[in-house]
Amino acid sequence: MKAFTYERARTPAEAASAAAKDPTARFIAGGTNLLDLMKLEIETPRRLIDVNGLRLDKIEATKDGGLRIGALVRNTDLAADKRVRKDYGVLSRALLAGASGQLRNKATTAGNLLQRTRCPYFYDTNMPCNKRTPGAGCSAIGGFTRSHAVLGTSEACIATHPSDMAVAMRVLDASVETVKPDGVTRSIPIADFHRLPGNTPHVETALTPGELITAVTLPKPVGGMHAYHKVRDRASYAFALVSVATILHKDGSGRVALGGVAHKPWRVEAADSALPQGIKSVSELLLAGAKTTSQNAFKLTLAERALGAAMAQARS
Amino acid sequence: MADTEDLSLSRRDLMAAGAASAAIAGAPATASAATPDAPHLAQVTFKVNGQKRSLTLDTRTTLLDALREHLRLTGTKKGCDHGQCGACTVIVDGRRINSCLSLAVMHEGDEITTIEGLGAPDKLHPLQAAFIKHDGYQCGYCTPGQICSAKAVLDEIKAGVPSHVTADLTDALKVTAEELRERMSGNICRCGAYSNIVEAIGEVAGGLSKGEMA
Repeated sequence: MKAFTYERARTPAEAASAAAKDPTARFIAGGTNLLDLMKLEIETPRRLIDVNGLRLDKIEATKDGGLRIGALVRNTDLAADKRVRKDYGVLSRALLAGASGQLRNKATTAGNLLQRTRCPYFYDTNMPCNKRTPGAGCSAIGGFTRSHAVLGTSEACIATHPSDMAVAMRVLDASVETVKPDGVTRSIPIADFHRLPGNTPHVETALTPGELITAVTLPKPVGGMHAYHKVRDRASYAFALVSVATILHKDGSGRVALGGVAHKPWRVEAADSALPQGIKSVSELLLAGAKTTSQNAFKLTLAERALGAAMAQARS
Repeated sequence: MADTEDLSLSRRDLMAAGAASAAIAGAPATASAATPDAPHLAQVTFKVNGQKRSLTLDTRTTLLDALREHLRLTGTKKGCDHGQCGACTVIVDGRRINSCLSLAVMHEGDEITTIEGLGAPDKLHPLQAAFIKHDGYQCGYCTPGQICSAKAVLDEIKAGVPSHVTADLTDALKVTAEELRERMSGNICRCGAYSNIVEAIGEVAGGLSKGEMA
């Protein structure tokens, strides 16, 4: 690990301003992903700004009947919150399907959104990776691709976003609240928060330099039956090969998003509209334009079946 | 280190010496501008097993290394050092965490409990006694992490924190083998003592719910 200075930020705006002035700085909250990457020298910050003291650890009701989740709310606390369990079950389920108890106790809401891909080539510093070194090339393309993306990929990157929580946030139409270094705040719809890789796979989110997430806001509950179905190589403590977040209403309408298949949570409006027509129509629309390899083509079949399982689970 | 005297050092001494020199070698923090790779030192004070400890550490020191190499509390084990195996599990302010994925300097004022704080050879914690009774280990390397994790798991169930296998998110929680297996999935045991570990924890929980023995 490279040496770094350590400081505790006092206000969100102060933290953002400090980070914007120093391109070698990183915010640290739970640290469960960042420290792992620092040990491998994939991340090499020279300055760590600890944001844990910023009092962004509350879950509060919003004026329009939704919930405002502080950036520092731990995954365990968010999953266990009574309001979340009752009105946003898909979010609770997605959180509980991810990581281990130890990690969920540390990992934060904002950090979960910002976690990096688990592409093995991103982790292997001996191999070229466009995320680590822009322009270096992608070792996954033409390599072992069983776990990689099948939707929204580019010639530069076929990595997936590893978060379960983000898939639920996407199906709930959450918004990401931030503060910029000049103190200006904004709200970014979750649909626009994570980016597709394109030619700049190292630019993973809509955040600008120094911009700090302060909260994630959920709109008022939409009701319906919630389910999160995750398919992985072992029954617990593994990343998704494919996951499905869904909210179904009695009249057959609803929403659906996929995890484990793209550089961001995958949701297609037309697929939502097709829910009353059944799984076949939905998966055709969701998976349209998929680009697979011989090793990850199974994800298309798996996604369709996982969708069926999630819908059955929601109705049960 | 090439000195022949060092050959009499134990492996643990060698590792400790290496870690200690990494922590204090090089220029002090004030000289770091000239040498960007020099360590930065910071002070931290926390309580470990009820005792106040103050340390001056390289900012890179994980909580795990602070416990093992600086405070010589070697009960907590280093397995993968990447948060994948759970051998380093300790309890901080009542919650289990992977001490390998946490910087020591980020624990100012925290209360940390390690396996040494849960019980002692002449005064075993009920979980320690149950692990012995049920043979919940073979080599024992993962055991301190398993026991710290298990202590926190039982507290989490009491506090009503649901898990991936909890059937109804709004129902009261039960201690079942399925719940324990899921909640303990962040603690790997390469000897494969899992079924005995579940039995040990289940016994301390007051018995597993009917039909749910491991």
